[in-house]
Amino acid sequence: MKNLFGKRREPLTDTQLLMTITIGIFAVMYILAMALLGGGFLHTQQIFDMLNDNASLIIVSCGLTIVMIGGGIDISVGAVTSLVVMSCVLYLNNGGNVFVSILLALGIGLGFGLVQGFLISVLDIQPFIVTLAGMFFARGMTTILSVNPQKVDHEAFNRLRDAKVEIPWLGYVAKNGNLVPARLEIGVIVAAVVVIVIFILLKYLKLGRNFYAMGGNQSSALMLGINVKKTRFLSYLISGVLSGISGYVFMMHTGAGNATNAAGMEMNAIASSIIGGTLLTGGVGNVIGTLFGTLTLTTIKKIVVSSGLNDPWWQSITTGGMLCFFILLQSVVLSKRSKKKKS
Amino acid sequence: MQAEILLQMKGIDKKFPGVLALNGVDFTLRKGEIHALMGENGAGKSTLIKVLTGVYQKDGGEIMLEGKVVSIKSPQDAQNSGISTVYQEITLCPNLTVSENMFIGRETGSFINAKKREKRADEILQSLGIPARGSMQLGDCSLAVQQMVAIARAVDMNCKVLILDEPTSSLDDKEVNMLFNLMRDLKSKGVGIIFVTHFLEQVYEVSDRITVLRNGELVGEYLIEELPRVALVSKMIGKDLDELSALSESEEKENKESEVLYEAKGLSSSETKSFDFSIKKGEVNGFTGLLGSGRSESVRAIFGADKVNSGSIKIKGKDVKINKPIDAMKNGIGYLAEDRKRDGIIAELSVRENIILAMQVMNGMFKPISKSEQEAFADEYIKVLNIKTASKETPVGSLSGGNQQKVILARWLLTHPDYLILDEPTRGIDVGTKLEIQKLVLKLAKEGVSVTFISSEVEEMLRTCSRLIVMRDRNIVGELKGKELSQEQVMKTIAGGEAKNEKDN
Amino acid sequence: MKKITKKLFQGSLSQLTIPLIAIALLLIFNLIRDPGFFSIGISHNNDGNAVLAGNLISIINGASELAVLAMGMTLVTAACKGQDISVGAAAAIAGSVFVKVLKAGSSISGLTVLLAFLSACVVAMLFGTFNGILVSVFKIQPMIATLILYTCGRSIAYWINGGATPTVSSHIITAIGSFIPGIPIPTPVLIVLFVAILFRLLFHFTSLELFTQSVGINQSAARLNGINPTFIKLLSFIILGVCVAVAGTIGVSRLGLINHETLLLDVEMDTILAVAIGGNSLGGGKFKISGSIIGAYVIQMLTITLYAMKVSSTDVKAYKAIVIVILVVIGSPVVKARLSKLINSIFSKKKETVKGVQG
Repeated sequence: MKNLFGKRREPLTDTQLLMTITIGIFAVMYILAMALLGGGFLHTQQIFDMLNDNASLIIVSCGLTIVMIGGGIDISVGAVTSLVVMSCVLYLNNGGNVFVSILLALGIGLGFGLVQGFLISVLDIQPFIVTLAGMFFARGMTTILSVNPQKVDHEAFNRLRDAKVEIPWLGYVAKNGNLVPARLEIGVIVAAVVVIVIFILLKYLKLGRNFYAMGGNQSSALMLGINVKKTRFLSYLISGVLSGISGYVFMMHTGAGNATNAAGMEMNAIASSIIGGTLLTGGVGNVIGTLFGTLTLTTIKKIVVSSGLNDPWWQSITTGGMLCFFILLQSVVLSKRSKKKKS
Repeated sequence: MQAEILLQMKGIDKKFPGVLALNGVDFTLRKGEIHALMGENGAGKSTLIKVLTGVYQKDGGEIMLEGKVVSIKSPQDAQNSGISTVYQEITLCPNLTVSENMFIGRETGSFINAKKREKRADEILQSLGIPARGSMQLGDCSLAVQQMVAIARAVDMNCKVLILDEPTSSLDDKEVNMLFNLMRDLKSKGVGIIFVTHFLEQVYEVSDRITVLRNGELVGEYLIEELPRVALVSKMIGKDLDELSALSESEEKENKESEVLYEAKGLSSSETKSFDFSIKKGEVNGFTGLLGSGRSESVRAIFGADKVNSGSIKIKGKDVKINKPIDAMKNGIGYLAEDRKRDGIIAELSVRENIILAMQVMNGMFKPISKSEQEAFADEYIKVLNIKTASKETPVGSLSGGNQQKVILARWLLTHPDYLILDEPTRGIDVGTKLEIQKLVLKLAKEGVSVTFISSEVEEMLRTCSRLIVMRDRNIVGELKGKELSQEQVMKTIAGGEAKNEKDN
Repeated sequence: MKKITKKLFQGSLSQLTIPLIAIALLLIFNLIRDPGFFSIGISHNNDGNAVLAGNLISIINGASELAVLAMGMTLVTAACKGQDISVGAAAAIAGSVFVKVLKAGSSISGLTVLLAFLSACVVAMLFGTFNGILVSVFKIQPMIATLILYTCGRSIAYWINGGATPTVSSHIITAIGSFIPGIPIPTPVLIVLFVAILFRLLFHFTSLELFTQSVGINQSAARLNGINPTFIKLLSFIILGVCVAVAGTIGVSRLGLINHETLLLDVEMDTILAVAIGGNSLGGGKFKISGSIIGAYVIQMLTITLYAMKVSSTDVKAYKAIVIVILVVIGSPVVKARLSKLINSIFSKKKETVKGVQG
């Protein structure tokens, strides 16, 4: 691309390199799945279903990617998602209104972001401990609200939940001859907006570049005149708010609250970010990579299921294997690069 | 020189727990001058700089910039008032591009325009003759270029005061010259430059004025013409130089014929080309050459610090294999690394633990040295090397640079090596300790220990070494002995044939 | 008293200040709430043995797995500057192997139990080696490297016993999980004591402590002093593997069955917390095993206190979180500095007022 403008082409940055690898692997894997397994993989709806099922995971992973680029970690995201779902479900079932429920979701996320951000950036407490406490608190609060699963019974919300974007030309003709249009849930639209906004934030906004600087070398960032405390605070704040949004999207997908909602989501989100090329050491990563990280993870799971290995433990073993592969790949690629730089 | 006063620091005090780091220090910088700030380690140079740049808060005194009192509470405040700093360690982010590193943290508005920025960066880099492009990832550049980028950043900030804190320690001569040209250029534009360095030659080459600090107090401010080198050194260390010159006179460098202790043929590591080297018992030799010439890499290969690729090694005539540091240690080799902070001290461990570490490793994991023995060793070496520490249980990181270096020396002396490699043992430490270390080297040699000594200061090597191996571009290009050991000859050998032409131009 | 509080806040006491204060606060709180909370009685268990009983005993007993894991985790944290989040999953694997081997024999004797334990140890050490190689050879951050086993460990445990949750019943297993006939102290407590002594001996008869700290503080310098950082890191994971096997065995023996999904669930978070509450930096370097053990007891005491206050087991997490936050906030350097300033100013003011009165 750049060559068109007569500019010299620079070697890929670490971020670009890792992201390219992920997208490449995703493409190869998906094409293989289409060729070998066929069936659902040949329909656009397969991708749409993956997006429908994982919209909230994508949103949470975006927040986590920001935190990880800044050199931190937030393991409270899954639990906050779960707490938001439960709170909103109970609120709606007690005659609340949809608009306020959205505010409630954002408020809970914002609250977690504010407190965790304050503890980590101002009081300088290890992020792992703070967000671990946040995770415990959110999980505990969820069960305090209700141990039993709660189904939403709210007319206005149900309309919102069932609203879908239908794209006929991406659909397919079913066996009985009817055209089945491809369906996207509202949550996916929300996720898409989040990905785009965060992408712009990370690439074109000063704040976004400050996250990279902070993750690359914290003391340098300070010397370069970046307000590291504020930047770090904002990274956790954004992650908190995104957890709130993710909770609402989760609720729109499932229409019910359960204490075990989004169990293990934080680890899936970390896995997505890593597969997407984010380094936990900070400074390297990208939300587009993260999006493909999530898709890669889901595709693998789908392939496992489609291959007839239906036991849930196969899924987690393949996820583990995937992680192992990508983690090793990252390590090998980056160490090769650093060797090249030396010589 | 009736230049306008740019920056005035008056009666600056700074206390740390138990130490008065700065005691009523005055410092004045005029427009368009290069002002060297000199002093031994612990004299308070870095503290004064850090107060000025807002890293530390002063406990007393005031800072006036262009006649107005300013309050500097953070590095950002300093930047905003026109004070920029380039540190010895690169304070940039390796994961960002060069242009980002030049502009981040000082732009207004929330959005950035990468294209425009890269173009602007390219212009600046080109005008300063820095071989980098704005769109490159900084981590892909060499350390020297990274340093230049930091300077370019400061230059572009239209700073009134530019602080260069040991900027030359990772640059080679050519790059140093480039930097000096840059400094003179800025000076003509009216920028006041504070130059902190350990290299005396560089001070005399480029500075207009010198301020000397000692023990956190101001010694005085001098015009460069009024202060000969010897006087400067004596002001810095607060004692006469007799001792220093006495060393080179009295201590005769023995060049007696004795057996070869260590001999390497075709030794090469991941960082060096293959080379031959040998050293006799009780000999002090040196590796010299510019930074990056391969002098440190060669001794690292001898010690097995980098991956050894090939070579046959004989110690006392017997074939041995040295692939890892522990192999070298077991064969009686000790190695004091170039970078004290990164490769030397274990900062949070006590002086005692740091001293016995190498000996413990040689004893093996299953033969721990008892606590009482450890204490005895620590006490002994604290006394022998005159290490200034509150106690032997003080974390070594809280000691001054020179004393940290002595602790590492103690660590190796305790292993009673036959062959001791000292890579830049005197870098960044005060003149008094330098002298002690040089004396120690000669004493060790007398006792029959072979020593390889590396220093950036040729004078220092001429004083201590009886044989100099000169390196250029990772090759050994000469070996100087006896009468050949003069500064001029060393410079000539380092520069080689091409250098002459350059001078003529 | 004033001097002591001053000292405490100025951090001139050792790193154990915070965990000890936490224990003291919890003790006082419980004594006020229920003066009989800490009474220790003697009861008779099903076998008719006289055994110690009471809240304090159940706290110390209940924290056993956590304490053992925290000891190993401290070493990994110190050497690798990161934590192993797969200990719960690995313990499930070790427990499954333990049961599998026991079930393989026709009857359970002391020898088969020993054999089963050793097998569990070997398997746990193998998984520790796997984690260790990723961390030390491939230089992957510990939390990421162990995320792999965290993700799929319990599935591997599921596979070992074919998805079943077999039970084992034997007086030997009961003895390990609760009491040895004739000894009134719970066996897990004795095992913790035994492991702690082993660590003490390990540090006394080897220089592992010095080497581990050196690697954790400055790996490059440690290497140039002849220490092999790769080996030290790997070793820390292998030692943690042994701790995992011990914890898994205790866990299985308590219940007499292996449930790969619930055995030591979420223990990794508590373990890391124990290390941190014990005053050890999660960033590696200097460490104190004793701190981590106390940390484990703080966590358990908190849990039991909450249970005693009729908080349901699922809700405990929320309260635990609040206490953790309070503890780390008090322990944070920023707050410490503020507090000591505040205290100093209060004391100096008091002095002034006293002087004023005298004047």
